[in-house]
Amino acid sequence: MDDTPKDLDQSSERNHVRRVFHAMLTARVLENKLGSLYKAGKIVGGVYLGKGQEAVSASMAACLEKGRDVYAPLIRDQAGRTAFGEEILDCTRTYLGSVKGPMRGRDGNIHRGRPAEGMLAMISHLGAAIPVIAGMLIAKRLKGELDGVVGATCVGDGCTSTGAFHEGLNTAAVEKLPLILTVANNQYAYSTPNDRQFACHDLVDKAVGYGVRGHSVDGTDMLACIKVMQEAVARAREGDGPQLVVASMLRLTGHGEHDDGSYVDAALKSSGLGRDSIEVGIKQLIEGGFATVEEIEQWQQEAADQVQQAVAIAQKEDGPDPYKDDWMAYSNPGMQMQR
Amino acid sequence: MSDVTYIDAIHAALDEAMERDPDVFLYGQDIGKFGGAFKATKGLQEKYPGRVLDAPISEDAMAGVAIGAAIEGARPVLEMQFADFSSVAFNQIINQAATHYYRTGVPVPLTMRLPSGGTPGSGPFHSQSMEAIYSHYPGLVVVTPATVADAHSMLLDSIAMDDPVIYCEHKFLYRWLKSEDLSGDRLPIGKARITRPGKHATVVTYSAMVHEAVRAAEMLYKDGGWEIEVVDLRSVKPLDTDTVIASVARTGRLLALGEAFPWGGVTAEVVSRVCADGFHLLDAPPVRLNSKDTPIPYHPKLWSSHRPTPESIAEELRKLLDY
Repeated sequence: MDDTPKDLDQSSERNHVRRVFHAMLTARVLENKLGSLYKAGKIVGGVYLGKGQEAVSASMAACLEKGRDVYAPLIRDQAGRTAFGEEILDCTRTYLGSVKGPMRGRDGNIHRGRPAEGMLAMISHLGAAIPVIAGMLIAKRLKGELDGVVGATCVGDGCTSTGAFHEGLNTAAVEKLPLILTVANNQYAYSTPNDRQFACHDLVDKAVGYGVRGHSVDGTDMLACIKVMQEAVARAREGDGPQLVVASMLRLTGHGEHDDGSYVDAALKSSGLGRDSIEVGIKQLIEGGFATVEEIEQWQQEAADQVQQAVAIAQKEDGPDPYKDDWMAYSNPGMQMQR
Repeated sequence: MSDVTYIDAIHAALDEAMERDPDVFLYGQDIGKFGGAFKATKGLQEKYPGRVLDAPISEDAMAGVAIGAAIEGARPVLEMQFADFSSVAFNQIINQAATHYYRTGVPVPLTMRLPSGGTPGSGPFHSQSMEAIYSHYPGLVVVTPATVADAHSMLLDSIAMDDPVIYCEHKFLYRWLKSEDLSGDRLPIGKARITRPGKHATVVTYSAMVHEAVRAAEMLYKDGGWEIEVVDLRSVKPLDTDTVIASVARTGRLLALGEAFPWGGVTAEVVSRVCADGFHLLDAPPVRLNSKDTPIPYHPKLWSSHRPTPESIAEELRKLLDY
């Protein structure tokens, strides 16, 4: 099931903008549904949403080419996953525990991916995907397949405090790899505000220290995100090495659906950072002549139908059967200890 | 060839693997032109341009890079300068590499070489044995070659394997252990070997302690004609319980011997498995002998008493035989 309408598939600038927004909108519709399913007790485990971060997430992934580029989405990248070409069914099957999902019930929620298709399945340890994407690019270089290829991943402000972020970005810089590392600075890591996370004036200043190019963008501004991401990805493709993109916005939801986010500063909510990138995007589409109100409404309806269908399919499917799972942690059966 | 050392065997295996498979590449600190802290990769960067990469001092990222490359179909061989420093890479190895196949169905064919174990004067941070820590995690294969031939064939087998392998090479054996050539029985990973047959007691051990156990066995043979069977596990995960149980069935007595710290670990696993599956075979309570429960000391006088020695092994065996 290809979730992207055919007329959005072309590469013109106009269609690129439409494609980015379409992924943002689809993600929002899907995430609203996931939130409802969580509150209805239909989802075991957590639900983690990317509300507010759709523009930055989708605008980065929309520049990638599935089958050629590699991508490591993180916790708030539903829009990027959709833009990269992940099927809605992969999401609903994983959240609802269908054995037919890519993780077969062995892992859940946002910990899903299709590494053989260039999309990693995240682990919970922040920054861990940065060197892994770098390694994928090194393998491509080894095989002589790196020309024009990029790898991309998105992390949050909290991740910039980890050793993995430092080691990963430094390593990518030393190897001059075509890596786009986006920091979605949504002002809070779970409940920890930026002033307890880092002491630098602006996270993009870190780019200088790593010897990579830095880009800053208002993460609530869809068109600005599109422009900056296109530039960063193009530079990486051309051999300019790693690109650090820092996008600022506010998380418009709790850390997970279990969290009401009551610690978020009211002043931030009413500031420009608190704008909803979907609302900004709708305004930009209409004012810029990228799409009409009717088209947007139609996309929304189509997305709702697709999400409804994907939920219904996943809900009907069996969960994993402990008697049928092969319980194999090794691809080589001889290595599996029986007990 | 004459006088091939254990480190020569590792070098030869790396060379052969790179010759054989263009997807194999080496990644680690100082391994390029310098040839590595122990010269395991000497000359290989020159021979295989672009395939021997010097890494920054970033063990976590080094492991991440190896994992990403392996997911993408390459066969990275990651050299940790010392096993001890792999603690910095622990997260990537146990959470990313070990879980990946089970979660996604995509294997991670990486080999992480860990220069392990103590040598005189190396101290607390250049002497550790990490095999038990990694063996704890499902998804990892952990090998501990004790002979020149095993160092060679098991490294080739590790690199050829699609699952992540932690290859624990003992630094004490690097230049001390010699053989006429690299030939051997080429037992597969997962099979233990009877290094020395016997009938009065079994010593189950691995890595450098195999040689200390053989010395102790020789002492006891001279002392009283005791015939001690020495089992070399070769790989600690998977652990060849069948060969261990079969040996205990012959001897009725078990000493599980290792150089690592005493809490838990490989020796505890061996005793636990023998007690569970072969309790009726035992004529005496099984015994464990490990290092002391302190950090590994620097001074050779302290170090040589911290780890089991032929004398301390023989003493434990005498008690076991007297029971």
